[in-house]
Amino acid sequence: MHRVLGDRKAVLILLGPALLVYSLIMLVPMVWSFGYSFTEGNTIEGFTGNGLDNFQRLFSDPAVRDALWFTAKYAVVVTVGQVVAGYLLALLYVFFLKRASALVRTLVFFPVVLPTVAVGLLFQKFFQVAPQTGPVNSLLNAVGLESVDWFGSAGHAFWVLIVMDIWRSMGFYAVLLFAGLVDIPEEVLESARLDGASGLRLVRHIVLPMSFPVLMSSVVFSVNGTLKVFDCIVALTGGGPGNGTTPLTLYMFQTSFTYGDYGYGSTIALLLTVVCLLVTLVVFRVSRRDPMEG
Amino acid sequence: MTTSSTSARRARLAGLTASTAAMVVLASACGGSGGGSGSAPGNFSYLSVTENTTVKTALTTLSKGECRTAQDALPLKVETVPQASLDQKLQLLAGQDALPVQFAAGNAPALTRQLYTSGKVADLEAELKSLGVYDQLEPAAVSTVKALYGGKVEVLPYEYNIEGIFYNKKVFDDNGLTVPGTWTELVAAAGKLEAKGVQPFAASGQQGWPLTRLISGYLYRSLGPDALQDVADGRAKLTDPAYVKAARQVADLGRKGYFGKGVGSIDYDTAMNEFLGGKAGMFYMGSWALANIADEKQNKVGADNIGFMPFPAVEGGRGSVEQYPSNVGLGITLGAKSFDKKTGAWVSCIAKNYGSTALKDQGAISGFKVNTPVEDANEVTGQVRKTISASKQNVLWFEALFSTKATTVSQTNAAGLVGGSLSPEKFMATVQDALSEK
Repeated sequence: MHRVLGDRKAVLILLGPALLVYSLIMLVPMVWSFGYSFTEGNTIEGFTGNGLDNFQRLFSDPAVRDALWFTAKYAVVVTVGQVVAGYLLALLYVFFLKRASALVRTLVFFPVVLPTVAVGLLFQKFFQVAPQTGPVNSLLNAVGLESVDWFGSAGHAFWVLIVMDIWRSMGFYAVLLFAGLVDIPEEVLESARLDGASGLRLVRHIVLPMSFPVLMSSVVFSVNGTLKVFDCIVALTGGGPGNGTTPLTLYMFQTSFTYGDYGYGSTIALLLTVVCLLVTLVVFRVSRRDPMEG
Repeated sequence: MTTSSTSARRARLAGLTASTAAMVVLASACGGSGGGSGSAPGNFSYLSVTENTTVKTALTTLSKGECRTAQDALPLKVETVPQASLDQKLQLLAGQDALPVQFAAGNAPALTRQLYTSGKVADLEAELKSLGVYDQLEPAAVSTVKALYGGKVEVLPYEYNIEGIFYNKKVFDDNGLTVPGTWTELVAAAGKLEAKGVQPFAASGQQGWPLTRLISGYLYRSLGPDALQDVADGRAKLTDPAYVKAARQVADLGRKGYFGKGVGSIDYDTAMNEFLGGKAGMFYMGSWALANIADEKQNKVGADNIGFMPFPAVEGGRGSVEQYPSNVGLGITLGAKSFDKKTGAWVSCIAKNYGSTALKDQGAISGFKVNTPVEDANEVTGQVRKTISASKQNVLWFEALFSTKATTVSQTNAAGLVGGSLSPEKFMATVQDALSEK
């Protein structure tokens, strides 16, 4: 093995093709996109260099601030919701349902495989106020409350998005965390029980620390997925009302492809990349600490 | 030793060649198809939007009838995209020099002007004059096109619409209402309908433009026909008190509940159904709605029950009710490089026959002359056609002179304005900010 890896030619033959493909489909577009950040224009009028104008604009654009704030808020709330709901479900599968959990796991996982647009339309119908009253408003009416125009204000629309995304994805995190929980040796749990640990204490001192690595992986997955959220927002609210539910991804898309401002769109994309990178680094740094040390 | 070194060099060379070839193949795959507007077209390709069926139906009819010869030389080929994706599609095609022969030219006139400036759109005034069919365009439609496209004829007027308020005559009669002549009377009529449990207006907040049209209507009546040209030219701002007042008047209609529940969730078709189903008393819309009004399946209240009134006057305002907001629908234009003799034959035939065909088959009014007399489908169609013929001065709509971004910002925030989540000041400031960007 050492002889093979010590041979430069062998390394080149083994890594070269993969490196070439990776460079062509990942690095070149990224560098290309970075290059666009220093230009203005579009495919019709052509591109001209504008130095650091796009970066200056990025820091003074209130729409970027709004989108960044929405993205952060969305990522935090959905990540907490997805991982907590997923973890609770995983605990339910492992400690209560045990062998009978297969059916429940399948049912809870089902929304993960549904197309996002279909889920978006489903939730639109659930929460609609007009022309028909949706089930949620019907329920409110039944208990004597007024119908709510859920998509008429950014605040309400935000919570509908949160509920939808958590409902849609918690099955995935439940399965992921379930895999981590079943890996905890039964002997360890048994010894803890003999030592008097049970219920929340068992979870707090044994289950949680021992499933910490998979929990952190879930957090990284979730944070990166939610920072780049696009399809479910387009399907449910289209970023509205106004730009009340517009994340950075959608603002980048609109800027580039609707307003035809590719240079500034690339700068927004760069900001998103940096945010994702920073958040991932922070999560990894936190996850390096050994939770067993207390 | 020499042999091994040579073979190694050959292998390196082969590897380098293969990598270069792969990059060239990838790079060429990213380019255009090459068969775009730069070469002689193989067919009369027409990129339309899914939502508009009028133009493609009329062109298909012509291809089988009056334009058979042009069709044989250059067959019609229709492709559609959703209207929301049109701008992206056009930008991509234009970037690859692969625009179709004829295409719907973007949601905001600004995009067409960009395409024209970069030489991708034909100068239709020159082309039609050289074909000898320029006189087949209605002067009013030409004037609207020129007002929209910086004095140039960059699109063909496949539609020519005026806008105003359609109202349900029976609902008006039942509630003792007469046609309002002023804004105050309109608001009073709406209040009376609301009090009687009838929704005063049907409107789509999801699309947004049916609401922003009310703002421009008020502005044209209060400040005169140059109200929005002044904004475009920088002589006025949307944040000026007189402009904010217009937004406030429309916001007040929403605050009083005159657009019904959840206007932001109502799409265009639902709003149309509300009005044609008798659930709303009034509906601000363009004359393209005549096709829906004439359709018995859609119109449950009957075409005889529908009336049309101009946007009312504003007391003390500088505008007149005879100045109708007008448009040419979604502009449809032709690529500059693919405009050859065969395309010219199609355009010539369309100019002479489209007006009669669209009116006869679909009740649609276009900016082409109606060379074969067609009987009006109903009274309201006749009224609108007479209004168009008699109209002396036309005005544009709220976003007509805006950039693509300002158009989007305006239309996506309109529901917030009438829903109360956005104040009139904030709404106008948001649109003005988008407008002030490069």
